Amino acid sequence: MTSLPKSTDDNFDNPSLTKGTSPSQQVDGGLFKRVKVQKMKLSALQQSYLTRRANSFRGSAQLDSSGDSAVKSPAAIFWLAIHGVCCLISLVLGFRFSRLVFFFLFSANLYTAPFRAGGGADVASPLDVSVPANRTAASRVVVGRHGIRIRPWPHPDPVEVMKAHRIMERVQREQRALFGVKNPRTVIAVTPTYVRTFQMLHLTGVMHALMLVPYDLVWIVVEAGGVTNETASIIAKSGLRTIHVGFSQRMPNSWEARHKLESRMRLHALRIVSKEKLDGVVVFADDSNMHSMEFFDEAQNVKWVGAVSVGILLHSEESSGMEEDGVSVPVQGPACNATDKLVGWHTFNSLRYTGRSAVYVDDRAPVLPRKLEWSGFVLNSRLVWKDVDGKPEWVRDLDALDGVDEDIESPLSLFKTSSVVEPLGNCGRQVLLWWLRVEARTDSKFPSRWIIDPPLDITIPSKRTPWPDAPPELPSNEKVLIGTQDQTNKPSTRTKTPRSRRNRSKRKHDTKVIGVQVSTNSEQN
Amino acid sequence: MQNRFFSGETKMGMWKLGFLGLLCAHFLFAIGAVELGRSQPTERISGSAGDVLEDDPVGRLKVFVYELPSKYNKKILQKDPRCLNHMFAAEIFMHRFLLSSPVRTLNPEEADWFYTPVYTTCDLTPNGLPLPFKSPRMMRSAIQLISSNWPYWNRTEGADHFFVVPHDFGACFHYQEEKAIERGILQLLQRATLVQTFGQRNHVCLKEGSITIPPYAPPQKMQSHLIPDKTPRSIFVYFRGLFYDVGNDPEGGYYARGARAAVWENFKDNPLFDISTEHPTTYYEDMQRAVFCLCPLGWAPWSPRLVEAVIFGCIPVIIADDIVLPFADAIPWEDIGVFVDEEDVPKLDTILTSIPPEVILRKQRLLANPSMKQAMLFPQPAQPGDAFHQVLNGLARKLPHGSAVFLKPGEKILNWTAGPVGDLKPW
Repeated sequence: MTSLPKSTDDNFDNPSLTKGTSPSQQVDGGLFKRVKVQKMKLSALQQSYLTRRANSFRGSAQLDSSGDSAVKSPAAIFWLAIHGVCCLISLVLGFRFSRLVFFFLFSANLYTAPFRAGGGADVASPLDVSVPANRTAASRVVVGRHGIRIRPWPHPDPVEVMKAHRIMERVQREQRALFGVKNPRTVIAVTPTYVRTFQMLHLTGVMHALMLVPYDLVWIVVEAGGVTNETASIIAKSGLRTIHVGFSQRMPNSWEARHKLESRMRLHALRIVSKEKLDGVVVFADDSNMHSMEFFDEAQNVKWVGAVSVGILLHSEESSGMEEDGVSVPVQGPACNATDKLVGWHTFNSLRYTGRSAVYVDDRAPVLPRKLEWSGFVLNSRLVWKDVDGKPEWVRDLDALDGVDEDIESPLSLFKTSSVVEPLGNCGRQVLLWWLRVEARTDSKFPSRWIIDPPLDITIPSKRTPWPDAPPELPSNEKVLIGTQDQTNKPSTRTKTPRSRRNRSKRKHDTKVIGVQVSTNSEQN
Repeated sequence: MQNRFFSGETKMGMWKLGFLGLLCAHFLFAIGAVELGRSQPTERISGSAGDVLEDDPVGRLKVFVYELPSKYNKKILQKDPRCLNHMFAAEIFMHRFLLSSPVRTLNPEEADWFYTPVYTTCDLTPNGLPLPFKSPRMMRSAIQLISSNWPYWNRTEGADHFFVVPHDFGACFHYQEEKAIERGILQLLQRATLVQTFGQRNHVCLKEGSITIPPYAPPQKMQSHLIPDKTPRSIFVYFRGLFYDVGNDPEGGYYARGARAAVWENFKDNPLFDISTEHPTTYYEDMQRAVFCLCPLGWAPWSPRLVEAVIFGCIPVIIADDIVLPFADAIPWEDIGVFVDEEDVPKLDTILTSIPPEVILRKQRLLANPSMKQAMLFPQPAQPGDAFHQVLNGLARKLPHGSAVFLKPGEKILNWTAGPVGDLKPW
């Protein structure tokens, strides 16, 4: 059974045929007995079901109306007979094929010049007579079957996609300007860090969050143990405005001492803010925290000091028999009463974990936060400026804390009273960032800047791997800097000189990469 | 402190100056305050008829509502209350609005317009689709009633009467376009003003002087699905609906004149086009996250998608050749929506991405205008500036009636026996 193809050129858009002379139209009408108009907004399934039901209903209705009006003239009887014959034929041949048959039959009968490309214009004229009289002139819209226009390559065009993304960016920028924060202030992010195995992991996370912030940003990175190239190379990739300072002390090994040192590092950063007179909102973006974008939006709403709720993620212990029903994630932050006024603080209850918490950085026990973490607070940078009017009187001078070796546990010590803190994030109901401390063993070694140089010394032979024969290699110009297993039959291997191996034969193996610049094949992975 | 330096006379001068300055500043700030008061800067909408969306029709026209027996309206609605929720419900709500509106007059002698409340589209199949087969007879019977019981029809042969015919092809009373064209507009309505949703230029079923209205869309349902304005618009083009009507036109090419099928075939794998036939529960929310919403024709050129797009601030992309959109003389649709010819559908992505961003932002500003959104709705109870009032405004703009409206005594224009034989049967 042939089916009528969807055509790019309008084979069937010939007005003469689609508008239809009465005979073919009526025949088509007979065949189209089941064609009824449906309403929009019904799904296809529903629709087909509905059509079947509606068809029976409407079919009878239509026959009624047509039957009523039919005067039994010879013409009507003749057409009824034709109608019946056509129905029989269509039953036999099937819907689509019978349509084709009648199409060609009647086109041969009625038109002196049969359907030809280019003959369309000739064919149109004798048929104008049969156009219904009450159609108004000059309508370019034609009722009937049209071709479905498909362009030669119906796939996305990358240039158009880029343009569309630009448009959406512009629209979203306008939306932010209209509905977002008016007069957004610069965000000043303070991050204490130091070089260790997981620094790349943590710092990259913070960096990506900061790169997405739609406001101006200054990133103050305070590094324990002095400025190193490691850290500098990581933060240089951000493209943000960064202030990278070193702190002379090295990061100690115990969590207790580490928290203390981090507080001092943050105060050091605040001194920089004060000295440079940086204007904006100070957020404390610890390098192993996870921030949501709404956090930065909420931070814009702070007047002087704000507090948000921080979710504390502790890795759960293996020991069973936790007394609480289900372990709920502790949340640190402001507590509000029903009228959205600050009445207290949700802090971290460390009593449950006494004796079981980590002491040293690489302990496997859960790492506990302080009572109130620095990262849950947001400050207006003018609070730490010296000699500026308009500072509220409840803020202590930063210099007063200088040199005093007291344990500044949370920014609340910077203020004389803690009732001035504004609760943010729907009065603390929204958790906008998560606190997590995870570190590797202190003696873990990682390649400097995660680049393997010089080449690794030892490669370990392994047995034949279980994966099947490699597919034909595709030439690859990529220089891959990874180490993989060698799978040759040689019992022991030594350092192999790096050779560029392009089209290896189909042996079941991988190319080995011992050293640096080897162009490998994609089959390897 | 400054008083030490100024004597009495200059002090008076200073006061006068200060007062003038205050006055000027007051005006300045007053103007500024008006702008700042709105949350989003919007642009005023003025169509070809001028800045008329906010006009108040009260006092500009008087409408007399005929009292028809309830078999023409109330009983029909009682038999099938589903008529209140489908997209043709405008005829019922118009009646209810007029009954309690200040433009209604009980004295037909002073009325400018006459309204006949007959619910012709309320004959639904079990599945909720309206059947138009009895509508011509119903209309005819109603007109026979009003022409015999009141003299107002005969003196103008209906030229100062208006009827709400929200069906697919208006007063042609058929859902299939070819049949509708064959039938043409009901003979008896040739002189009346038709208020209909269908509009296509140079089409038999659109009479000169008709008022196009938007299809009914439930206002409460749409209001309850609003999301915060600052949710970024991250979908480029959005559409949900059929591309092929497999029940009636399995091969395509007939339904929507092949335009919907062309959209599907050209853009089904394009990530910018979020188009599918699904029925998500987040349909309204998704529209608010989209920049463009497609409003292609279906079996008839109009669709409730236009109303939804306007309410949700999504720029409507209208793919229907020669369509006449609602209140076309009051609303400058060219400035608000994007019109794409059906033959240009394969180039839709090029067309949409080549619109300059300033133009897009302007369109969004126009759409955000509350009077624009209000004009597309039929709220219950009626609110100022809504679609009911726009209809009345349209009727008021047609006043005063010209001299051709009133017939000379003995003159008859309408042919009461014209039309298909089936229409002449009594209802």
